[in-house]
Amino acid sequence: MIELRGVQKSFGSHEVLKGIDLTVGKGSVTVILGPSGSGKSTLLRTINHLEKVDRGHVRVDGELIGYRLDGTKLHELPERLVLRQRAGIGFVFQTFNLFPHLTAVENVAEAIRRPDARERAITELVRVGLAEKTDAYPRQLSGGQQQRVAIARALALDPKLVLFDEPTSALDPELVGEVLDVMRDLARAGTTMIVVTHEIGFAREVADTIVFLDDGRIVEQGPPAEVLDSPKHDRTRAFLSKVLV
Amino acid sequence: MSVLSEARAAPPATEPLTVVPARHPWRWVGAAAVSVLVTQFAHGLITNPGWDWATFAGYFFEKSVLQALLVTLELTFAGAVLGFLGGIVLAPMRLSRNPVLRSVSWTYIWVFRSVPLIVQLLFWANLGYLYDTLQVGVPFGPGFVHVGTSDLVSSFGAALLGLALHEAAYAAEIVRAGIISVDQRQLEAAAALGIPRLRQFRRILLPQAMRAILPSAANELVNLLKNTSVVYVLAIGELFYQVQVVYGRNGRVVPLLLVATVWYVILTAVLSFFQHYVERHFSRGWRR
Repeated sequence: MIELRGVQKSFGSHEVLKGIDLTVGKGSVTVILGPSGSGKSTLLRTINHLEKVDRGHVRVDGELIGYRLDGTKLHELPERLVLRQRAGIGFVFQTFNLFPHLTAVENVAEAIRRPDARERAITELVRVGLAEKTDAYPRQLSGGQQQRVAIARALALDPKLVLFDEPTSALDPELVGEVLDVMRDLARAGTTMIVVTHEIGFAREVADTIVFLDDGRIVEQGPPAEVLDSPKHDRTRAFLSKVLV
Repeated sequence: MSVLSEARAAPPATEPLTVVPARHPWRWVGAAAVSVLVTQFAHGLITNPGWDWATFAGYFFEKSVLQALLVTLELTFAGAVLGFLGGIVLAPMRLSRNPVLRSVSWTYIWVFRSVPLIVQLLFWANLGYLYDTLQVGVPFGPGFVHVGTSDLVSSFGAALLGLALHEAAYAAEIVRAGIISVDQRQLEAAAALGIPRLRQFRRILLPQAMRAILPSAANELVNLLKNTSVVYVLAIGELFYQVQVVYGRNGRVVPLLLVATVWYVILTAVLSFFQHYVERHFSRGWRR
């Protein structure tokens, strides 16, 4: 279970997150929607401490992320321990961020700390449908294939949770489907996922909960049928009317 | 009849049409002129007795020249290793968030790039004038080990020290260029995977930075190879000093300068050869 309590974050004088409370159940799929600049990506990045919060805290399975609680003070953990925590939280980037000097299988195996890393990496690549491409360099793969390698890389560490930051936004339209198919399979297999996306169709079909974020606050949240079909809030309605053309 | 209507009047493409590439007559003229000049120069090299090829051949593999060549290689190799080790420390310091580390590195690079190598070498050779003994101990407190400066820093040591310190300033900038050339998202991806810091540097950052580092580093190595000739001011028997000694004795200046020149050219060629293969190794993933 993932818990965010009172999460606030500013960049300089600009307050990006204005107090976020969110609870995500084990094995559930949460889709975060919202206009650009609403703080979706920042919210996602606070969950694995890529972005330090100014106030509030994040817990994954009860474990504080990035901090150690001592009385009423949160002490930031040394980087070594933060890195260890991150290994339990997969992150998929909009721009894939594969390591260009490593092959697909080397990319997936890089972070695995086990003697059978390569075999494990191949298993993950097979799972995302890239059994034929294990020895290809990222440059030799299409955008959709690169993103599937990135998903395999995130899964190879057996994460408790996988975060997706607009995973299909940098893809040509005809390649979006293959990535969403992989994500659909993960959801069906019971992976806990938090997804920032503009793919409303995917959200409607796969999400258990939709969270609508605007101007650093959660405006409303609920099952897709509620939020997408009968939104309570004006701002949600305004956003959806622009997206669902 | 206009050109346009002529083009329109072209026959229908029922039969295959032949493509004729454009001709470049001026390139031919340029190539001919350059060839004449090159031939003239080559002719001069062979026929002008001033080159004195017999003396050149006599000294090219001469024992004292080969020994001096070895000293040049030692200075180059040790200077490069020490210089780049220094650069690897100075570059992250300059990129550090800590203002003390940053400004110390910045100042070092500023000073050592400002002082001409030859001036610096003379400073090191006269270190004993400033500090006649060196000691290891508590800063500002008692010392444990005392060494006479001239015992510790021989003239070879002074030369190497000067080259390495000079080289470190340039190497630092080359390494820094490599580090900032790597997309920051690469380190973010590595951090998101929980890869430990040192491994991030070694496995993710460095191999990618090497692509930007290698051409400049090879350039710097060639510079260093030639800069070793400056240490002749400390009377160290490297290649340039040695040929000066010989032509001071026999007066055959040009052929002996040629001996040094050809050796420098050969060594640079060997470096370029290795550069090609090392660069190819680090370009994997970028080639198609």
